[in-house]
Amino acid sequence: MRDLTNRRQFMGTIAAGALAAATPLPLLAQSAGEAKQLVDRAVADINRTISSGKSEAAMYKDFERIFATYADVPTIARYALGVEARSASASQLKEFTSAFQGYMARKYGSQFREFIGGRIEVNSARQVKSFIEVKTTAHLRGEAPFDVTFLVSDKSGKARFFNLFIEGVNMLLAERTEIGAMLDKRRGNIDQMISDLKKAG
Amino acid sequence: MTSKFCLKPMPTGAIALLSGALLLSACASPEKTGEIYDPYETENRARHEAAKRADQKYVEPIAQGYGEWPAPIRDGVTNFSRNLSLAPMIVNNLLQADIKGAGQNTARLLVNSTLGIAGLIDIAGDMEIYEDTTGFGDTLAVWGVGEGAYMETPLIGPSTERDTVGSVVDLATNPIWYISGGSYAALGVIGIVGEKLDERQKYATTIDAVLYGSADSYAQARQIYLQNRRFNLGQEVAFESPDCDEGGVADPYADPYADPYADPYADPYAEPEASTDQNSCNSEEIQ
Repeated sequence: MRDLTNRRQFMGTIAAGALAAATPLPLLAQSAGEAKQLVDRAVADINRTISSGKSEAAMYKDFERIFATYADVPTIARYALGVEARSASASQLKEFTSAFQGYMARKYGSQFREFIGGRIEVNSARQVKSFIEVKTTAHLRGEAPFDVTFLVSDKSGKARFFNLFIEGVNMLLAERTEIGAMLDKRRGNIDQMISDLKKAG
Repeated sequence: MTSKFCLKPMPTGAIALLSGALLLSACASPEKTGEIYDPYETENRARHEAAKRADQKYVEPIAQGYGEWPAPIRDGVTNFSRNLSLAPMIVNNLLQADIKGAGQNTARLLVNSTLGIAGLIDIAGDMEIYEDTTGFGDTLAVWGVGEGAYMETPLIGPSTERDTVGSVVDLATNPIWYISGGSYAALGVIGIVGEKLDERQKYATTIDAVLYGSADSYAQARQIYLQNRRFNLGQEVAFESPDCDEGGVADPYADPYADPYADPYADPYAEPEASTDQNSCNSEEIQ
């Protein structure tokens, strides 16, 4: 049955999101080859963390650092907050961004184990609108290879990824849905949502 | 045709679904990639909650127990079951005029049915001949049938009207039901159940995160399913008329930098048009 395999593949792909979240990428003139080296380095970084034998809490700290290093966290956090970002105060935004960063590390970090021994190959990079789209293939043990696409921008001043698609599933959108649903459940109370986000993931 | 002519997604059996196939093919939903068409959300949500209760009470505990079995046994069951479904897949590849996919799946079927001992061992996978996953739902899509309404179905889970018909046809065309007049049907059932259980325990972290870790697991599952399904069908994303309702952003490259409010690096001196042309969704939201 087709849907089974799709889900099977998909679950692996979600796991790869964590891997992907820690993957640095090249900008503009840089070649896919150079990007591959960066990706390989990040994957090695992640694998080091996984096999470090550290406690779960210590591993999440490492993942958070990796996420903060390679992703444009303030932009991702703002997008996830959606229209609420407009009415939020500066201090609420700051608080939210910090809570969001930890939440992402825990959420995706908890899935790292599922791709121990995995690798990501960079296939191509091209300009789309104002950013670079980098297409990669993730190989997980015991899974058919699947697509992971990164969107990279240097608008933060440094090359950072601000979104990724795992087999067509948009991470930014998933997080906006999640944060939106958390807000709905709390009748739009941002402070309550932020305080719960610190424990979520 | 409007949605009220569509099959209501409450079929109680395969026959009801199959007879609904004709209705479905006339069911032109307002399908645009990125949009979510979910007129039966209330019923879907009720089924979603029922599925979660069943999962917590039965499926997850049984899957955990199954996970204790030796991996070669579990892999063998899953491989055997996947191998059986290759035959109808090849037919679907051909119905879609997908010669490459048909070749790939045929090679896989031949290798695993012989060297892989009736499909128990995935030798083809080791040779990097992977399954080109397809089904009757894909064939319907290639033939131009719209996906119809989103459905949360018992057993199958997230689906659409079109893909539910596809899944039922896929199940019905599994050769195991017909070999030796159905004497091996029990093996087919064991294979499918084993495959499901193995999947449940193998991806437990991810499934649990979506089902029990999200604030709105229904909305997450729906969004993930639809995006992934459309991606697998190779549908291009409609950049026009994005649907901004809860997570329905049509443009997968929706650029958060295009939203002046979402853009921490916005140039206050930039032309206002410059920041709104790329993502009308965001600019609508901020009005």
